[in-house]
Amino acid sequence: MTDTTERVIDPGTELPDGPPAGVLNGPERAAEARTVGPVTFAKALNAALADAMEADSSVVMFGEDVGALGGVFRITDGLTARFGTGRCFDTPLAEAGIMGMAVGMAMNGIRPVVEMQFDAFAYPAFEQVVSHVAKMPNRTKGKVKLPIVIRIPYAGGIGGVEHHCDSSESYYAHTPGLTVLAPATVRDAYTMLREAISYPDPVVFLEPKKLYWSKEVLDLAELKETFEASTAAPSIGRAVVARAGTDATLVAYGPSVPTAMAAAAAAAEEGRSLEVIDVRSIVPFDDETVCASVRKTGRAVVIAEAPGFASVAAEIVARIQERCFHSLAAPVRRVTGFDVPYPSPKLEHFFLPSVDRILDTVDELQWEDQA
Amino acid sequence: MTISTGTNRAPGTARTSDQQESAEAAMLPSATPVQLVDPNGVHTPNESYPLPDGESLLAAYHKLVVGRRINDQANALVRQGRMAVYPSSHGQEACQVAAAVVLDHQDWLFPTYRDTVAVITRGVDPMEVLTLLRGDWHSGYDPLEHKVATQATPLATQLLHAVGVAHAAKLRGEDTVVLALCGDGATSEGDFHEALNFAAVFHVPVVFLIQNNEYAISVPLKSQTVAPSLAHKAIGYGMPGERVDGNDLAALLSVLGKAVTRARAGGGPTLVEAHTYRMQAHTNADDPSRYRSQDDVEKWIPKDPLSRMRTYLRDLAVLDDDGETRIAAAAEEMAATLRDGLNTDPVVNPEDLFNYVFTEKTSQLREQADLLRGELSREQSSEEVTP
Repeated sequence: MTDTTERVIDPGTELPDGPPAGVLNGPERAAEARTVGPVTFAKALNAALADAMEADSSVVMFGEDVGALGGVFRITDGLTARFGTGRCFDTPLAEAGIMGMAVGMAMNGIRPVVEMQFDAFAYPAFEQVVSHVAKMPNRTKGKVKLPIVIRIPYAGGIGGVEHHCDSSESYYAHTPGLTVLAPATVRDAYTMLREAISYPDPVVFLEPKKLYWSKEVLDLAELKETFEASTAAPSIGRAVVARAGTDATLVAYGPSVPTAMAAAAAAAEEGRSLEVIDVRSIVPFDDETVCASVRKTGRAVVIAEAPGFASVAAEIVARIQERCFHSLAAPVRRVTGFDVPYPSPKLEHFFLPSVDRILDTVDELQWEDQA
Repeated sequence: MTISTGTNRAPGTARTSDQQESAEAAMLPSATPVQLVDPNGVHTPNESYPLPDGESLLAAYHKLVVGRRINDQANALVRQGRMAVYPSSHGQEACQVAAAVVLDHQDWLFPTYRDTVAVITRGVDPMEVLTLLRGDWHSGYDPLEHKVATQATPLATQLLHAVGVAHAAKLRGEDTVVLALCGDGATSEGDFHEALNFAAVFHVPVVFLIQNNEYAISVPLKSQTVAPSLAHKAIGYGMPGERVDGNDLAALLSVLGKAVTRARAGGGPTLVEAHTYRMQAHTNADDPSRYRSQDDVEKWIPKDPLSRMRTYLRDLAVLDDDGETRIAAAAEEMAATLRDGLNTDPVVNPEDLFNYVFTEKTSQLREQADLLRGELSREQSSEEVTP
């Protein structure tokens, strides 16, 4: 008779019989030698997780395929080997289960970091996120804090099939109690993930999939030291000027930032100076930085991959117009995904905000009175 | 790789088909619900479950009588408009009391909205518990102080939190057992399945107690499932299931006590189904005459958890007239506490709307708090000038 208890689930092997008190405090393997030089966005996230787990034994990473495989995007590569199956482990394939278990673990002294394998695969966990993760601190008047980080590989541009490319930020941003971050640079990928893990409130951490392979020349050891010495300004709640300019402001976040930067570079060749704001932190939103830029330039285009109707981009447009009306020389415009389900790989380039579409929209910002 | 299924079998050891069958049989519930004291108050011996001693039963019976009084008083206070709503556990008090008393101080209880009596029995201040139902905040007590989670109004979601607390306790090397409550309707939810599966795979110290009161608002159990029993679902997850007479306090204490002991010893999770009955409406907003007959309800009156335990304890000579007087006085004292507490209007602070959304208010929330504060201060000054 076949042994029906044969399974390929890793954590059960050690956890049921392993030394319980030793799991969080056991010896760790030495960290690998640091990469100094070109670092990918994915590697920066991986280093942030490892450094956070090294710094705080209550940080525990789990999700689907995050153990031996290291995650389908390899963001958790090597964590199980280094920290053991108590600290980075595979769960059964059930997103609500992952999220609900994270709530309970956070109630009992753990700082869970969970991976939702793909944006659209996070939807089974939606009830746990909106009814419990987001509300528990409020329901208990702050007596129960939930320092959970929900990592979501998100958005498109990688030729993924359906249900692998959604820009789901509006669902989370619309839910009071969730902090929603979307880094766009390799440096921010590291620093913002470290901040998110140290944050007292739950964070939805949106990782633009198409940027996983982007590179910057960085010294990860230096980034670690800077973060751990708390000498850098916090990123949560703060947008940055990614490129300075004078004629119009492009507001973007996550995967749209490099597109906005490329548009600004192309515009410069045509003699138009565009400022690019990298929002970084969708919630809390930095009205101050965005409005300071728009008041200076007098024109703005908000860029995002998500369908524009009832979106974060729509909210940003409204906020700019409420606050900067008298500084505006033209209506604030949006370049977003169309209001259609995310398209198939061969159609996605028609859907995604492009440099040309951004430049065309900038051209329409009533530079001269229209007939 | 092999994982333990809670049978403490060495990983990798091959199993014969006989062993397989007996391991499977051990996960199946008994043929009928475990009963130790029948509705007439007579002990019915059971070789798997010992009868708790008289003193333990008397202490639990005391809580049972107080629990009934909480239900009755709370219902009255809803009728008087002192409370927004009260989902009564009238008829289910044995489950409520047993769930609370089988736990030690370091253990956790995960209640639903119908489990107010269990939470109070666990020792949480009754007025803090009734905050939710009075409507002045969502949860009035500190879950971490009492190791009692917030009362869940979504169904089955709290079972996963219970698994998480238990898993964290295990990682941290704590001696903690978690008892999670849900109803029969909640067993249809996806989170019920995910919680039981996670609990079994991670082999965590959780006891799941289903109070099968036969109705999910208006929908009877037969429309939720055609499984032989809810306890049979356990074997599908590789954990033992048991069913128990949910109106028999002695049987509940014995069955749950065994499951808690097993969890504490590293034996993993257990699913317990308690057969009971919701004697009253779902809430005061419900009209049960639309979906069940009074005759059906009355069939359960002789099975009441209080009367059989009273008879048993009187026959055992553990309970006498003095004892009954003392217990009745304690119940009246609890009722008076509820009346006094609810007859004063709660003071709510509108600023609290903004105070607990994030650890630090965002600039947007500060603006909105300013807006509300301005409105209130204008209202107040116009009241002051208007005679």
